[in-house]
Amino acid sequence: MTTELKCHVGIGEAVEGVALVAEDNFSARYDLDRIKGVFSRPQHKLAGQSYVDKILVMNTAKGGVATAWMLHEMTSRSMAPKAILFNSANTILAQGAALANLTLCDRFEAGDVTQLIKTGDIVRVDPVAGLVTITNR
Amino acid sequence: MKLNEATQSMRTGGQGKARQWAVEHQMQVGRMFDALDMVPVSQAHMMADPESIGEAGVEFFENFAAMPDNDRQLRIPLITDPRGVDLSYYDPLGQTEEMANLERRFIRACESMGVVMTNTCINYQTVNSPVLGDHVAFGDTGVVIYSNSVCGARSNFEGGPSALAAALTGYTPRYGLHLDEHRKATCRFKVLVQPEGLTDWGVLGAVIGRKAGSYWEVPVIEGIERVPTSDEIKHMGAAMASYGSTPLFHIVGITPECHTLADVGAEALAVTEISQADINTLRSPFGAAGEKVDVVVFAAPQLSLMEMQKVSSLCEGETLHPATSLLVCTPASVYVDASAAGYVKAIEDFGGKVLQGTCFYQQYAREIGEANGWKRLLSNSTKIVNILGGYGYLPALASMENCVASAIAGEIVNDY
Repeated sequence: MTTELKCHVGIGEAVEGVALVAEDNFSARYDLDRIKGVFSRPQHKLAGQSYVDKILVMNTAKGGVATAWMLHEMTSRSMAPKAILFNSANTILAQGAALANLTLCDRFEAGDVTQLIKTGDIVRVDPVAGLVTITNR
Repeated sequence: MKLNEATQSMRTGGQGKARQWAVEHQMQVGRMFDALDMVPVSQAHMMADPESIGEAGVEFFENFAAMPDNDRQLRIPLITDPRGVDLSYYDPLGQTEEMANLERRFIRACESMGVVMTNTCINYQTVNSPVLGDHVAFGDTGVVIYSNSVCGARSNFEGGPSALAAALTGYTPRYGLHLDEHRKATCRFKVLVQPEGLTDWGVLGAVIGRKAGSYWEVPVIEGIERVPTSDEIKHMGAAMASYGSTPLFHIVGITPECHTLADVGAEALAVTEISQADINTLRSPFGAAGEKVDVVVFAAPQLSLMEMQKVSSLCEGETLHPATSLLVCTPASVYVDASAAGYVKAIEDFGGKVLQGTCFYQQYAREIGEANGWKRLLSNSTKIVNILGGYGYLPALASMENCVASAIAGEIVNDY
């Protein structure tokens, strides 16, 4: 059994991976220890957890413009998430994903993506089709 | 996305590989935000500190710099956000030769492309302020929110790659804040407590940014009883953008697109009041009165000449506590004027250090904190205290006056 979630057309290539989900927002500058590959902001709901190779599922982007470069830098060291899904991305995340060739989608028709997907779900993301598939349920 | 003849030629490679990359990048982003075409832009501002771009980003620039002159010539002026290393003062901060070399390579690549190294996040105060209706491609959220809200210019948050793409093509995808419909208010706030001083304005901006909560929200603010100074509204905008990813706000009767609520379509929006309790809630995690302070920082945004004057007057004739450091970040252009006016000398006689063309949180904040044993950081910038928690600091917030008084005492004298 699978569950299909329609979203807006996104950026990057089709990928599959394990979801890491939080009802929280995202900034590579504000929230991450990019050397260790973990969330480092103590107040973040994913504090201490590794995001490397995960399908990150978050509410929205926050903060500054640095993430546009940081995704590229993280990808170059193979210390990046496999994809990021948002309820609503901002321009910086889209620009950063385009440079890094990182998969990014947002605006899900069925509602709050942080509720639709659970941590540990196996998720396939097709940004060209605007389709995310939960393959384990 | 529809391309005109010029951008179509760039896309097919007729104007070199740099411009071909730039148009492809812009089309990917434009498609995601349903842009129908491109809009010409008059100038671009690029955030690209070495900590953010890393070795991979420097190589990315060096590849462009190695292309033939005609292929990489910029079509519009491209200026830069603060650097990560002040090359005249990095070893004493605990920055390494490796960091400095990355910075040197980046600067060399930029200069060979004709990038103007202004190294500032207050270009709207110091370089070339955009005008009402001016389409630009600016990076640094503080630059964008000020330019949109106070100047009435039109820019999305353009990260470094997109600012570079805009400078190469002379265009940016027409979506978001380039369009009238995205500049209308979406949420309405009424301020019940009047801000006084830079930190209050920053805290007010942070409260509104947090409540707005998304790039696509446009707050309109009522109840402000006097016109803020450029520095006050700079702190307000920088904090709002930091807490909310907010790129535009309106203040009724003050900002240029909002003489009345009707101008921004806000008459029917529900009103959210901003009370003293909201202000206190925002400030409370950053209160640390009585605690030892390791480093006092004035930055984010970089200081204007007026702020330099005020910091120097507070430092004049006083002495920094031996266990505390004080850093001030300002653009090189302001540094020249501040030196001539004696402000730099007053701050450095006090025991502080004025850095040129950097901003503290963009200069390997984690590494310099570890190298100097800095944990408890005090600033009057509501933006910087929001950022630095993730870098291992215990940030605290106080007015400029109380920041300097704390630097003298070696402990936080008052967190207001």
